[in-house]
Amino acid sequence: MHEFALIEGIIGIVRDSALQNNIRKVERIKLVVGKLSMALPESLQFAFEAFKAEEELFHHAVLEIEEKEIVCSCGQCNRSFAVEDSVSFICPWCASGSVEIIQGRELYIDCYEGEEC
Amino acid sequence: MVQVRMEASILGANDLLARKNRGIFARQGTLVVNLMSSPGSGKTTVLERSIDYLHDRLRLGVIEGDLYTDQDARRIEKKGVPVKQINTEGACHLDAKMVGEAFESIGEKLDLLFIENVGNLVCPAEFDLGEDFKAVVMSTTEGNDKPSKYPLVFREARVVLLNKIDLLPFTDFSVEQFREDVAKINPHAPVFMVSGRTGEGFEAWIEWLLEEVRKKRAEA
Repeated sequence: MHEFALIEGIIGIVRDSALQNNIRKVERIKLVVGKLSMALPESLQFAFEAFKAEEELFHHAVLEIEEKEIVCSCGQCNRSFAVEDSVSFICPWCASGSVEIIQGRELYIDCYEGEEC
Repeated sequence: MVQVRMEASILGANDLLARKNRGIFARQGTLVVNLMSSPGSGKTTVLERSIDYLHDRLRLGVIEGDLYTDQDARRIEKKGVPVKQINTEGACHLDAKMVGEAFESIGEKLDLLFIENVGNLVCPAEFDLGEDFKAVVMSTTEGNDKPSKYPLVFREARVVLLNKIDLLPFTDFSVEQFREDVAKINPHAPVFMVSGRTGEGFEAWIEWLLEEVRKKRAEA
């Protein structure tokens, strides 16, 4: 459950930014979470509910999570491919193992919305 | 209603501190290995056995991460190696700040620093500590499904150790399947088969590790 640590980080980042932008009420926070990241959306939601109750700035905030599929690009044949249920980072086109993960490791705050003072 | 675009990495603060640690380790020419595994895979035993092979040849140090207790640190202390225990008290992973402070408190010049992370294949994988590489220890008693269930940690590892090979006859573990699964996730990672209990397989792992230490020294 490192999701609590992650949410604590998110709350801190958004709080700092809200102060700078004169926002008194955060309505929505949008995260982007890659499927290869080890953060579970349900656990993030659970942790967020626990934290938001503690702080007025976030009382009405909704956490929106966009998940990203795992996509790799092959260093050998330059084609890209999605990695699905059977986790394999071998290029299905040319069988090379020299692949780069180009999507699926995301873990960032895309944006947030709120009411100004 | 206003919208503020952030595109801010949630782990940004940790990553910044990890970079700082990496700089400190590089200046001192210390190779840093972040050891990760499930609880009970035998990380500490592998570490003790590795220390036996290395302590005459290198200046070693250990940072021990556990939720509670200093039992592991006391085991390492008996080997005469400087060790610092971190108790995360509930947190499921080490972060770069904890490691930076622990390294400072050891305060010795080291060739090789082992960080034994909290036993957990999930959370520690996300947190860069400033290490040179991650090493995953997995044991034959855990079953074959671990690499495909926890792909990130296996993908991020530079090296994989399969521990408890002395117990292979008593399990249904398939080494062939394991090698296949690891090769699909991380085809460049060497896999060393070891037994922390009997010492089997340690020569190859230690030799590989010494080569990494040499490479690091050459860079410093």
